[in-house]
Amino acid sequence: MKNRSGTFYLLMVPVLLWLVMLIVIPHLDMFFRSFQFENDDGSMVFSLNNYLSFFEDSIYWVTFVKTALYSIGVTFLAFVVTFPVAFYLTKVVAKKYSSFMVLLLLIPIWIGELVTIYGWMILLSDNGVINNFLIQIGLIDTPIVMLYTNFSMTIGLLYMSMLFMIIPMMSALESLDDSLIEAASDLGATKWTIFRQIIIPYTTPGIASGGIIVFMLVIGDYIAPNILGGKSSLWFTEQIYNKFLATFNWNEGAAFGFLLLLLSSAIIWLALRLTGQKLEKVGS
Amino acid sequence: MSNVLEIKNVTKKFGDFTAVDSVSFDVEDGGFFSILGGSGCGKTTLLRMIAGFEKETEGELLIRGESMKGIPPEKRAVNIVFQNLALFPMMNVEKNVAFGLQRQKIAKPEVQNRVTEMLERVGLIGFEKKNVDDLSGGQRQRVAIARSLVLRPSILLLDEPLGALDRKLREHMKIELKVLQKEIGTTFIYITHDQSEALVMSDKVAVMNEGRFEQLDTPKNLYKNPATSFVAGFVGESNEFDVVNYANGELTTKNGCKLTKPILDFQPRKLFMRPEAFILNPTEDLVDIERISMKIRAILFDGSNSKISAIIKQSNDDVLLSLPQNAQFEALKEGDDLKVGIHHDDLKCYRD
Repeated sequence: MKNRSGTFYLLMVPVLLWLVMLIVIPHLDMFFRSFQFENDDGSMVFSLNNYLSFFEDSIYWVTFVKTALYSIGVTFLAFVVTFPVAFYLTKVVAKKYSSFMVLLLLIPIWIGELVTIYGWMILLSDNGVINNFLIQIGLIDTPIVMLYTNFSMTIGLLYMSMLFMIIPMMSALESLDDSLIEAASDLGATKWTIFRQIIIPYTTPGIASGGIIVFMLVIGDYIAPNILGGKSSLWFTEQIYNKFLATFNWNEGAAFGFLLLLLSSAIIWLALRLTGQKLEKVGS
Repeated sequence: MSNVLEIKNVTKKFGDFTAVDSVSFDVEDGGFFSILGGSGCGKTTLLRMIAGFEKETEGELLIRGESMKGIPPEKRAVNIVFQNLALFPMMNVEKNVAFGLQRQKIAKPEVQNRVTEMLERVGLIGFEKKNVDDLSGGQRQRVAIARSLVLRPSILLLDEPLGALDRKLREHMKIELKVLQKEIGTTFIYITHDQSEALVMSDKVAVMNEGRFEQLDTPKNLYKNPATSFVAGFVGESNEFDVVNYANGELTTKNGCKLTKPILDFQPRKLFMRPEAFILNPTEDLVDIERISMKIRAILFDGSNSKISAIIKQSNDDVLLSLPQNAQFEALKEGDDLKVGIHHDDLKCYRD
């Protein structure tokens, strides 16, 4: 393809504008900013101090590790919770009902994260729906503290992200021919073997791409940890937020932002390596 | 010979629709049995009931004399080759073939031996580590058959496995399948809508229509003596005529063609004549034949399968005649008059 037409270049303009102005330039700006440090005399010099401060204060890397572990956990939970639903919607229920059910599933996304999070507050608070119900039926006397804990934070993160797991998983399951399942059972496989040897390997690309989306959403989320997690939540995005807006230390904030980007990329790379997936295959 | 499969009054209903309507038949051990029928005739449903994927509404199914009531597919000594083959895309050839054996408690070296032996039998040695997506259509076919046969089933079910192949390969696989079946001696039950597949490969063929068996016979009998008008029309090519009257040993077709057909003890409504049953330019000394005057409309050249499209002069009925490709009929051309004879036995008449 040597002779590109004018239309080809014209169509490239929006793509390039998007990539350069919305992604490349802001990241470069942050990147350079993260290496700048304000000297005693107020002038900006090149320094690694912003990155070093992350390691000096234990609260930062404790938060960092906790964020990573919880994000991995929530991603796994999202898989566990959504897989049966995805399987039911693609393989069990009739097609005409399943599209309607998927539409119902998507409703929380239309409402927006903040509103659904407030909904969870109503459910989980000390005098909320769940505690009230449990007291009414006499199961407990005093309310169980659920709100402003890691539990409520996990629920919030899971709820707002699991839909992004179900869609790629459903499309992977949809392309799984039923005759593969029948063939396996015809060859003597039990249900568990079919699940482990046929369904899971076949849907791994879908699970991986859903997992990446969920993981990125969760590790970069601010609302659920901040509102549902309360003061004890310790989410790394909150640290970044504080750097930018509480202490106005944009340079350190930028450095922390890059650390988060590195961390999440490293975890995804590792996960893809461990499951033997290729990024190109997962992305398609 | 004993029966490997007995089907007794099996009926399958989906809601109000009856897919299989109280079918009964036995399959002899070691035979090649085909079920031939158009789409929606119930043949796939019947096959899936034998495999255990569908539960019969009524009736009973016995494999080697044992009732299969309530026995799930994984517990039946029956394996199926699916229409789309259903090879496992995430496994290579070897793992596909070994899958069934690994489900049983068989030692690893034994599994390896049986897989190798089976791959050798189907000519896939050297392809063990290949991904199934990288194989040709014929090779994939053989993997699917090997994967089932390695389990040494009592019956191998084949659900139109040649449907997706191109013509040349299909012709080749037909012969290969027949030879393979004779070699290993496993009973094959083969379902297809392609009459040539059924006729070439099978020892016995059942023609199925609207959930019932129209005829169960050897391929030759099926072709020579169709039991019903459906079989006569479905198996092989045939010229079909509606019969409006039969009296004094004479048939009258809808368009008014009169043909002599002695001794019928029923009132026929349909008449079938095979293209190759016609004798072109019959000599005067032939007896028991009906002589018809025709006019050639077109010569349809198709190698050994060439035909003459002609009209019967007295009624303007269209007929197809086989045209042997030899010097005798070389000169025939469009517009020529043609004397044709057909033996009275080859006028196949049916009640409906």
